[in-house]
Amino acid sequence: MTAVPKHIDNPAVLYMNGVSVSFDGFKALNSLSMVIEPGEMRAIIGPNGAGKTTMMDVITGKTRPDSGDIIFTDAAKNTFDLTKFDEAAVANLGVGRKFQKPSVIESLTVFENLEMSLQGGRGIWQALIHKLSADQSSKLDEILSMIDLQDKRGWMAGSLSHGQKQWLEIGMLLGQEPELLLIDEPAAGMTDEETMKTAELFKRLAKKHSLMVVEHDMDFIAALDCKVTVLHEGHVLAEGSLDSVKANPQVIEVYLGR
Amino acid sequence: MTIQDNRGPLTRLLMSDSGGRKLILLMLVLAVIIPFCNLVFAEGSFFHISTYTMTLLGKYLCYALLAIAVDLIWGYCGILSLGHGAFFALGGYAMGMYLMRQIGDRGVYGNAELPDFMVFLNWQELPWYWYGFDSFAFAMLMVLLAPGILAFVFGFLAFRSRVTGVYLSIITQAMTYALLLAFFRNDMGFGGNNGLTDFKDILGFSLQSDSTRAVLFIASVLALIGGYLISRFIVTSKLGRVLVAIRDAESRARFLGYRVEYYKLFVFVVSSMLAGVAGALYVPQVGIINPGEFAPINSIEIIIWVAVGGRNTLYGAVIGAVLVNYAKTVFTGAFAELWLFLLGGLFVLTTLWLPKGMVGLWDLIREKYRHRQNTAAPLAQGDQT
Amino acid sequence: MMILCRQIVAALLLMMCALSQAQEGSLETLATQLIDASYREKAVLAEQIAALDDERSLPLLSALLNSALYYKKDDQRILIVAEDDSITDALSNEAVENLGRRDKKKIGVNNSLRRTLRNLISQAQINSRNPDIRLQAATNLLKSSADVEPEIIHQALAKEQNDAVREVLSLVQGLILLASDQAAERRQGLAALDGSLYPQVRASLNQFIQGFSEEEKISRRDELKMAEKSLADIETLVSMNGYIENLYFGLALGAVLLLAAIGLAITFGVMGVINMAHGEMIMLGAYTTYVVQQLLPQHIGLSLVVSVPAAFLVSGVVGVAIERGVIRHLYGRPLETLLATFGISLVLQQAVRSIFSPLNREVATPEWMAGTFMVNPALELTWNRLYIIIFSLLVLALLALVLKRTLFGLQMRAVTMNRPMASSMGIRTGWVDALTFGLGSGIAGIAGVALSQLTNVGPNLGQAYIIDSFMVVVFGGVGNLWGTLVAAMSLGVANKIFEPLAGAVLAKILVLVFIILFIQKRPRGLFALKGRAVDNA
Repeated sequence: MTAVPKHIDNPAVLYMNGVSVSFDGFKALNSLSMVIEPGEMRAIIGPNGAGKTTMMDVITGKTRPDSGDIIFTDAAKNTFDLTKFDEAAVANLGVGRKFQKPSVIESLTVFENLEMSLQGGRGIWQALIHKLSADQSSKLDEILSMIDLQDKRGWMAGSLSHGQKQWLEIGMLLGQEPELLLIDEPAAGMTDEETMKTAELFKRLAKKHSLMVVEHDMDFIAALDCKVTVLHEGHVLAEGSLDSVKANPQVIEVYLGR
Repeated sequence: MTIQDNRGPLTRLLMSDSGGRKLILLMLVLAVIIPFCNLVFAEGSFFHISTYTMTLLGKYLCYALLAIAVDLIWGYCGILSLGHGAFFALGGYAMGMYLMRQIGDRGVYGNAELPDFMVFLNWQELPWYWYGFDSFAFAMLMVLLAPGILAFVFGFLAFRSRVTGVYLSIITQAMTYALLLAFFRNDMGFGGNNGLTDFKDILGFSLQSDSTRAVLFIASVLALIGGYLISRFIVTSKLGRVLVAIRDAESRARFLGYRVEYYKLFVFVVSSMLAGVAGALYVPQVGIINPGEFAPINSIEIIIWVAVGGRNTLYGAVIGAVLVNYAKTVFTGAFAELWLFLLGGLFVLTTLWLPKGMVGLWDLIREKYRHRQNTAAPLAQGDQT
Repeated sequence: MMILCRQIVAALLLMMCALSQAQEGSLETLATQLIDASYREKAVLAEQIAALDDERSLPLLSALLNSALYYKKDDQRILIVAEDDSITDALSNEAVENLGRRDKKKIGVNNSLRRTLRNLISQAQINSRNPDIRLQAATNLLKSSADVEPEIIHQALAKEQNDAVREVLSLVQGLILLASDQAAERRQGLAALDGSLYPQVRASLNQFIQGFSEEEKISRRDELKMAEKSLADIETLVSMNGYIENLYFGLALGAVLLLAAIGLAITFGVMGVINMAHGEMIMLGAYTTYVVQQLLPQHIGLSLVVSVPAAFLVSGVVGVAIERGVIRHLYGRPLETLLATFGISLVLQQAVRSIFSPLNREVATPEWMAGTFMVNPALELTWNRLYIIIFSLLVLALLALVLKRTLFGLQMRAVTMNRPMASSMGIRTGWVDALTFGLGSGIAGIAGVALSQLTNVGPNLGQAYIIDSFMVVVFGGVGNLWGTLVAAMSLGVANKIFEPLAGAVLAKILVLVFIILFIQKRPRGLFALKGRAVDNA
């Protein structure tokens, strides 16, 4: 049996225990354990090859772990073992993911991109006869203004700038209304101003959602002002506030020692 | 691309697609004029259109429907099937089997129970899979089901295992090749090498008579319009946008929670059925169906029709199918040697310089003569992988 | 009375002959006497001729046996008429020409004389100094063991030193013993025949078993059992050899697939370019072989050797041209590449059709590739298949060497792994692409040389192999030469194993269906690369 954390009244959104993945002998994740609380924002840092992207892959069902548990608890307090689901199922359970490289549908308009992300209506038949409701319409307007793309709603997503695509993708995450957001390097390609704006947005989101943000930009992490986990060679090297992590001698060695 | 609208399905179908509207109009005009000129004006009259020409046009229309089927999955969902000829042929065989049963005892051997080729092979009784083909309704059902079920099984396996891109293309080609080999075998019970031919009549009407030909032509037009509208309905729905999402960024669609494999399977099956209908209309007009229709090159030729016309615009596929096949008729008649050079050249030229086909070229020309509208959003790159 | 008289006459004649031999026992006189002798006398004369230590006697007796011995009517010269109707003097070995049909007369034989002759010839051959002739003679005796004098075999066996000849001789002896009316001898015979793969042995055993009457089945139960067991053993061995033969055919087919696919393993596997014109590269290689052979009509073997580099060059250059002209503009758009190269394949086919005509062209096979070699009496393998297997492995090894050990191979791998990095290190990636594609195409051309020896050379040659080649590469796992080897060989063998069960066409269909299903299970082939990087590639 899986050891689900017992504090029933307020279980962790994400509970990872002893997750390992190897590719042809190379251990990408090595008995990784981590807990994300409801409404928590967590920053993940680590050198290249530390296993950050692989971790997101196993959570979202893209890669099956060799061993370990990944337990997700949704808003209704149902628990799911995410290792048993594929990407689409994990997404529908309430885990949203933003890629490192902005991934929007380039030949659809900004509006259509967002419309696609809206919760519900994933079935074929529903998609075939889908009509936008008034609620959904206002929801889309809200997201558009949040990501500052109101005037570009009719634009092809492919014609947006890099930063705007990042925003659009974040907007699509919002449309999904996920319980847990996994965000890979959101600040890449953004101006300083945009970066700070993104940090602000995330902090606001953290009240309603749980966020896991992978980032290299230390200023951005400082602006997020949250708990930091350092990954190294597929497992957690250190965890705590940014300052405490920065002071950790092991972390210093990993980042600077070699 | 469509601007987001929230109108009913019917308006959605017909609005915002001037090319398609013109196409439907043209088709309806053809459906009236061609049979009229064939039946009413006597031979030798200036307005007479020969049955040969009408049948040829009907054949082009079947190809056009086939092209729509391919465009639906390739242009909108990025599935490059090199095996659509197989679905076309299966639809054709289903129709051919019905037509064979209609021959009754008028065959060379005069056997009411068995088609000629079975008598020739010394078969004693009708194989079970020929049961039911005496009924037109059953045969029509099979026209849809035979390709549909094959597409379902094949697609279910392939899409579930996430076979994509060129891998999928290659195994679809292997599929049609395997069917080619299978249908060449005499003991399959589909007439082997010679296929099914010597048809006499359909629903009691002689296939040789001009009026039957005219009806078949009209049926082809209607099937084409119907196929166009079905496809158009799909691509303008949210489902169509999911298909585009799958084409452009498959994993994004997955992470948004869409079951990519089901969407692909749906559109693949619909497309295979459209191809089957095209095949079923093709067979009574050309009077034969044989295993050659399964040849891999046939399937690849369909792709070039779509590419030449302009994929991602359903009416472009129709234009391409008709143009390329007209060129084929002209060239194989007059300069047989040149045809393959021309066809080969078309493949290279369209992929290198006309990625959007004739429709794209037309848009480009129009763009040059018109001032750009200030509000128009920049066109997106129709970039597929 | 009459019979007795005849016998007396015969005896007298015999004595006369013996006398004449004593006086003038040369081949010339004996041979001349054949002309007028009766059959019975001829038998005696033949024995005397065989007893001579004269190398002309064996051909003469053979000719007599085959009704090819004549004499010239006017001067009574003894003539041998060969199968091609050329005539030689049996004694002087000179050719005789301008002989009318009526000028010569056949020296007749009857069945009993034939039997005598056969024995004499076998005996002479078995006693030959050349072991090859002895082996051939012994093998021939297997077919006519009933006619041969047991004593001849016995004596020959006693002095035979060569193992191979001994083995066959003891089989002959076994067959003779099997026909004996002594139970002990029959058993001895059965023991000697055990495990032999010669079809004659199998036939004799079968006959032997069939010959048992209902009572004998009980009275001679042991013998029957023994015979049945050794027949069963032999059948097992024969069917095992059948499997080996199938395996050999399978490996040969695999070698063909391998040759066809190696080039694709480079262009598709390493570069990721879908080259639908790959089959036409093979076809160009085959036509190059044809052209080279037209230029060197007297030297078939040499022309084949010259064709290998020539085909590599022709297909390679065309490949480089295609890469520079078309494919380079389509990198990153695999489906478009597929279509464009398919167009090129149509153009190439039509070009060949226009230049060489749509008909198939004949490419001759050198002598050293024709014929078969015998592993054992139940297993004969063709040389050309063996050459193809060896050749395909050589090509693969050479290619692996180029990839692993040369600067070009290093650059090629660098470019395919990390293009920007390779480029920044000064590698001219454009040229590496072109040459890599040229290499893959050139190897396809070499495959064409090999295929020209197996199938017809025609414009559609390439079409026949393109799907198979893709299947091999996809099945083996893209970008993996070992995978290509294993896939080609296993597909070839699988095809040939299914073939006797299901027929050639159905076997091919089954293999295709298998691959289609296999790809569902392992979309990246047998030896797939794993990991995160692959998905993004």
